[in-house]
Amino acid sequence: MTAATGIGARVLRTEDKRFLTGTGRYVDDLPLARATHAYFLRSPHAHAKIKSIDTAAAKKMPGVVEIFTGKDTADAKVGGLICGWVVKGKDGQPHKSPPHPVMALDTVRYVGDTVAMVVANTADEAKDAAEAIKVDYDVKSANIDLARALDKGIPEVHPEAPGNLIYDWEIGVKADIDAAFAKAAHVTKLDLVNNRLIPNAMEPRAAAADYDKGTGNYTLWSTSQNPHVLRLILSAFVLGIPEHKLRVIAPDVGGGFGSKIFCYNEETMVTWAASRVGRPIKWTAERSESFMTDAHGRDHVTHAGLALDKDGKFLALRVDTIANMGAYLSTFSTAVPTYLYATLLAGQYTTPLIYANVRAALTHTAPVDAYRGAGRPEATFVIESLVSKAAAEMKIDAAELRRKNFIPSTAFPYQTPVALQYDSGNYPPIIDEAMKIADYKGFEARRAEAKSRGKLRGIGFSSYIEACGLGPSRVIGQLGGGVGQWESAQIKFNPTGNVQILTGAHSHGQSHETTFAQIVSDKLGVPIEAIEVVHGDTATTPFGMGSYGSRSLAVGGSAIMKAADKIIAKGKKIAAHLMEASVADVVFEQGTFKVAGTDKAVPLGAAVFAAYVPHNYPLEELEPGMDENAFYDPSNFVYPAGTQICEVEIDPDTGTVEVVAHTAVDDFGNIINPMIVDGQVHGGIVQGVGQALMENAVYDKATGQLVSGSYMDYTMPRADNVPSFKLGNKVTPCPHNPLGVKGCGEAGAIAAPAAVMNAVHNALAPLGVKHVEMPATPLNVWQSIQGAQPAAAE
Amino acid sequence: MYDFAYHRPKSLADALALLKGKPEGRVMSGGMTLIPTLKQRLAKPSDVVDLAGVKELAGIKVEGNNVVIGGMTRHADVATSADVKGAIPALAYLAGHIGDPQVRNRGTIGGSIANNDPAADYPAAVVALNATVTTNTGKHAADSFFKGLFETALGEGELVTSVSFPKAEKAAYMKFPNPASRYAMVGVFVAKTAGGVRVAVTGAGPSVFRVKAMEDALAKNFSSAAIKDIKIPADGLNSDIHGSAEYRAHLVGVMARRAVDAANK
Ligand SMILES: Cc1cc2nc3c(=O)[nH]c(=O)nc-3n(C[C@H](O)[C@H](O)[C@H](O)COP(=O)(O)OP(=O)(O)OC[C@H]3O[C@@H](n4cnc5c(N)ncnc54)[C@H](O)[C@@H]3O)c2cc1C
Repeated sequence: MTAATGIGARVLRTEDKRFLTGTGRYVDDLPLARATHAYFLRSPHAHAKIKSIDTAAAKKMPGVVEIFTGKDTADAKVGGLICGWVVKGKDGQPHKSPPHPVMALDTVRYVGDTVAMVVANTADEAKDAAEAIKVDYDVKSANIDLARALDKGIPEVHPEAPGNLIYDWEIGVKADIDAAFAKAAHVTKLDLVNNRLIPNAMEPRAAAADYDKGTGNYTLWSTSQNPHVLRLILSAFVLGIPEHKLRVIAPDVGGGFGSKIFCYNEETMVTWAASRVGRPIKWTAERSESFMTDAHGRDHVTHAGLALDKDGKFLALRVDTIANMGAYLSTFSTAVPTYLYATLLAGQYTTPLIYANVRAALTHTAPVDAYRGAGRPEATFVIESLVSKAAAEMKIDAAELRRKNFIPSTAFPYQTPVALQYDSGNYPPIIDEAMKIADYKGFEARRAEAKSRGKLRGIGFSSYIEACGLGPSRVIGQLGGGVGQWESAQIKFNPTGNVQILTGAHSHGQSHETTFAQIVSDKLGVPIEAIEVVHGDTATTPFGMGSYGSRSLAVGGSAIMKAADKIIAKGKKIAAHLMEASVADVVFEQGTFKVAGTDKAVPLGAAVFAAYVPHNYPLEELEPGMDENAFYDPSNFVYPAGTQICEVEIDPDTGTVEVVAHTAVDDFGNIINPMIVDGQVHGGIVQGVGQALMENAVYDKATGQLVSGSYMDYTMPRADNVPSFKLGNKVTPCPHNPLGVKGCGEAGAIAAPAAVMNAVHNALAPLGVKHVEMPATPLNVWQSIQGAQPAAAE
Repeated sequence: MYDFAYHRPKSLADALALLKGKPEGRVMSGGMTLIPTLKQRLAKPSDVVDLAGVKELAGIKVEGNNVVIGGMTRHADVATSADVKGAIPALAYLAGHIGDPQVRNRGTIGGSIANNDPAADYPAAVVALNATVTTNTGKHAADSFFKGLFETALGEGELVTSVSFPKAEKAAYMKFPNPASRYAMVGVFVAKTAGGVRVAVTGAGPSVFRVKAMEDALAKNFSSAAIKDIKIPADGLNSDIHGSAEYRAHLVGVMARRAVDAANK
């Protein structure tokens, strides 16, 4: 319909009015009469036995309502937190699943593990009382260093997981790989660490709960990315409150990046305790708590090899990864380094043989789970680092080597050797476009000019593929996933013609309120001002899976399309009745039902009105009302792909890396709102640059203290750390969803680390630097330069 | 934070009277260090005496050969002052590179030097320019004011009222920011004044220090070439996840040379 608000239009975000004027409503903003406040006492030790907890003095402190410890929750039979994805190891056995109590029972397992919950009239009083709790710890030595976590003699995190091993998993055939490596003309080897990240959503996690004694109903307000899934987990596994007695509301949520997918102990405890104390309970994490207790991301130690023939054709890829799970298995932790990582190792290439061995290890650190990209950034980093290193070693242009190995556009659907079947794609035009935008030809001149200023300039490529918009549910089930991966939508007209779109997806920065409204505006011809998107409340929206894994548009948007089709189908019947025509002759164009070849017309609004005031209406065949819902289960993943090209300049005297240019060309299929997509890409690239150059969650290897526990030490990327990005796009529509869309939410963060690090290595190559670990901080780069042997030729 | 009594006096005399007999009382200037400390419950003062209302402590004057900056003067005011820019542009530059706009519009020179954070910027300027710190009880020469990690010569109940900076013939400040906090990981202030050449380093050690070898070399030949072979020993320098002692030692050399080049421009 109208180009101004339909599919493809750069519509300004409707949600921005409230966000930019400070009228968003977040969990902490909730006014709850008679509310109490919770404070969680955290373990100061990475590993200790709790000899005793004495709350007597604390209970007498002013304002204290109640104090709970692990013993109270155990006595009340509160269930443990769950891991919802069963990964079967090489031995065919499901992964080890040590218990995850909502509060520590007799052992604390990371700095930040929860020891007690204090409920008081004010947050300050709760905190005062927490200081008065006496905990007697018997401090044990801790297992912090991931690279050694599986070695003999390392302290065990849980007796249920001997040797700290959660699973030893593989994909591919090892024997074939060994043979291919043995006869390869060239082998490129790489040992790398994928640095651990802390999500740092702008809004810290928060939860508030209320219990209604009269009805027995609970309400939980939570900073959740998926309120229905959270309710399901709390009901079915943890608290046993029947689903219909628990309402979960995720109101405005200020960013999640994955960290708010999971079911955490604080929201569980707040809900459980609300009925015990008989008053609402509120809790908002302090920033230091977020650093300590939000599920962290990435954290791999990997050894990889790529075998090539003499012309640079990839023959085989071998990857060996240890993935950190932290001290407890978070909700989807087990899936991230397996089905979201190793299955992506084909990248954009025809590599015929791929073998990956992934061992998941426990350590005395915060749980690790999905974080923007979840597994796919780690996979892309391995592949794209290897490819660029191979290009440098074989003295083949990095773009040329990629092109030589791209899956040809004629080969789709393309079955990779690691389970996935790519539905569509066309990679060569993407890299061509990226090289044009980045002026690849002019690079050597720019490098020379930089050298005249004493700077080392480098360029790096990253050609990523990602699999997102997970589904079909059947396949997820076969792979061990515990939930369905469909999405729901409801399109509900009011009698006066305005519309509510109810979605099971959840927006916490993704702009659904605008994008989803554009789809309906386009499809049904309703002005965007007459559309409201409702999400985030289990009482008002249909059951849905929430937002993560770039699924909202590909899966949730498809459900909206299905519901819109039902609206049109019903509207046609009403219009046929009103126009005294046959349904088969009615067409729907630009918001109006027409009978082809006549001037008969019924606007959708009139059909809607007739449906609610059915005075002249086919009541015998048709129910009144205009309210349709739909569930959409995807038939495959979607496969966005793209190429990023990064250019850096390094100051060799200080080791400082500056990103001076960054280009991204993506294929996201059809695009609903290019402005919003650009924004998603920008944010993703910044997070990727953050991982490459700045961000690092550092635990002291001896004590397990979180050294990077505040912004004084955890380096967040800021606006002045990045240049203005140069973006481009190519479109191969997704063949299997009704919008032809692929996800865009994670791509930036997936591709950027390799692009940046390849540029860093390219810049430092003349100094003989072989490898710089992420993040390439000034210290790290400077030390690498000090340790390098200058290349003979320079 | 813990509870405390809050006071907002209008004069220095009232502020001093309020602090008298309260050993656990604390003065607050910009609050940019004090408030985070309170929020983290690392301090438990009985009273907080906020100097924001004490007008006599804020402001910048040129007195003869000196620029005198009141203790309550905000970093943003120093950064944009025509007087400071005219007399000692390096000092305005330094103030303009402290923290972010919010911090610069709250934080003060008095609070900064009284706090003596090892990574603070101002101490480098105070020492390199051989400034004089004036308090309600007397005066301190720069060299004897900064005593060590978060330690100064200030006695109990003693407040910084102003800092007097001699004009510089040449001066420049080069800061290598900590990537996370953007405090100085290494900051080098080089100044050539009537009193001679001084090189003061902040961020690298437990407290600001001078590099005599560089000062001597620059006194003879004020050029970066003159100090290019001077190595700073890493012993005793700070070491953390952002910079080893060796790296900081190296950066002192780099920043010093760049400061000299900038001062000569
Ligand atoms: C995000 C952030 C970034 C920052 N970045 C930098 C940076 O890059 N470089 C840098 O140098 N600093 C930085 N700072 C520190 C800041 O610039 C202030 O200089 C510093 O916080 C102290 O000044 P203040 O006026 O805020 O003092 P306050 O916080 O009010 O006081 C600090 C201490 O000094 C005492 N005090 C205050 N005034 C006086 C006085 N007149 N006499 C005696 N004692 C006094 C107080 O009792 C308190 O103990 C940063 C701060 C923040 C929050």
